[in-house]
Amino acid sequence: MNINVKNLSKKFNDFVAVNNINFNLAKNKTLGILGPNGCGKTTSIGMMLGLITPTSGEVLIDNKDINKINREDFLGKMNFASPYIELPKKLTVRQNLEVYGRLYGVKNLKDRISEISRDLDLNIFLDKKTGELSSGQKNRVSLAKSLINNPEVLFLDEPTASLDPDIGDFVRNYIETYKTKNNITILLASHNMKEVERLCDTVIMMKKGEIVDRGTCKDIVNRHGRDNLEDTFLKIARSGNEVA
Amino acid sequence: MRWHKIYGLSLRHIYLIRNSFPRILDLIYWPSVQVFLWGFISEFFTVSSTYYSNTVGIILTAAILYDFLFRSSISYNMMFLEEIWSRNFTNLFIAPIKISEIIAALTMTAIIRTLIGLVPAVLLAIPLFGVSIFKLGVPLIFLLIALYIFGISLGLLVTAGLLRFGPSFENIAWASLFFLAPLGCIYYPIEILPNSLQLIAKALPLVHIFEEMRNILINNAINNFQIVKSVLISFIYFSLSVFIFYLAYYGAKVRGTLINIGE
Repeated sequence: MNINVKNLSKKFNDFVAVNNINFNLAKNKTLGILGPNGCGKTTSIGMMLGLITPTSGEVLIDNKDINKINREDFLGKMNFASPYIELPKKLTVRQNLEVYGRLYGVKNLKDRISEISRDLDLNIFLDKKTGELSSGQKNRVSLAKSLINNPEVLFLDEPTASLDPDIGDFVRNYIETYKTKNNITILLASHNMKEVERLCDTVIMMKKGEIVDRGTCKDIVNRHGRDNLEDTFLKIARSGNEVA
Repeated sequence: MRWHKIYGLSLRHIYLIRNSFPRILDLIYWPSVQVFLWGFISEFFTVSSTYYSNTVGIILTAAILYDFLFRSSISYNMMFLEEIWSRNFTNLFIAPIKISEIIAALTMTAIIRTLIGLVPAVLLAIPLFGVSIFKLGVPLIFLLIALYIFGISLGLLVTAGLLRFGPSFENIAWASLFFLAPLGCIYYPIEILPNSLQLIAKALPLVHIFEEMRNILINNAINNFQIVKSVLISFIYFSLSVFIFYLAYYGAKVRGTLINIGE
């Protein structure tokens, strides 16, 4: 599954949230989207998931504009995890995974739930209500939901936000291993620069709705004459626009 | 439409009910309170009013039928609000499920929620007040269908409002049925209304449903035309509300509210 973003823009009344961005989400690669809060990352992801109608431009999946095809044709091959959206708190973890497994039409659902629960270490709280879990446990459940359909493309919005270093490392390890084993394409939005350096093949930097730089982490760091991605991020975030 | 998706989304709400005894109790509580309240009021009318003197239970039957409408509409809104409150909204809308499947799942689950509440109330009314809605006979089925379709239509319209205006529209969800009750002629004949309001009332299925209920209970007669009219009008409202729901959905995509509703 190849995703191509072409001249994509989104205006909310007079506010330009995303301004004419172009990039390609290459198959089996991980692309990082970086940028300060309000730079248009979530709006861009929303347009790629078909949740937001672009003002202009296209999101092409295998050369088909997602706004001209049935949403269920492409959404079945994608999934999304974010700490800012949750699963129903009153349902147990197993029930949530079952509900979403059915919505995604997962075959052999019981086996898939067992497999993913084992991999993500969910078994001890599988029959606990989701609302009673710690944030680290909820995060793993959210990740399990996002992988329940074995997606070809996975959108991750700050997957380790608010996690302690141990669980954060567990999640990053898991994503890395899962990607290698299953050859999936990942789009990762994160404010954790070490995570981005570790997981992403290429990165795009956004600011005020525009892409201001792109490339591998090493290229971007070198281009800006900094020692690491965190310093580069700060330089870009605090300077005027430098469109690539 | 895929059955497994409709079933999956329905399961989400069935599990919610099954996991919480207070929730089940809440569903049963209000319809039963209605039966008690209107049971005693109708008993009073039975001994005090000549109009109702030979027709014990008209008011109670009307209360039960109105509650059926109320529960089906509120159940629909509640299930949608649950998604907003639990911040599950985005997860739902990025799942490969058609809008028609979401409507079908909510419609299917709303009837389960409604029946959980109403069946005990209907059964309670029989020994307590000697009133059974089953006295309406076969037309009861069609009257319930008309009420359910209209209830779902109202639910869809409020849900469209939630999509359009966000959770702040929640209060309208609760008030929507109270706006219609006076025009629905639930407890009194349409002639009570001023002429101008009668015209508006006739455009609602409620008038035809409750007029027919009184016709059956008072005159022991069935007016098939009235029943067909009530079902047809309900379906017209349903089609209109589905159309408005789709408009609200596409509008929400343009405004970007599907990704941050509830926040």
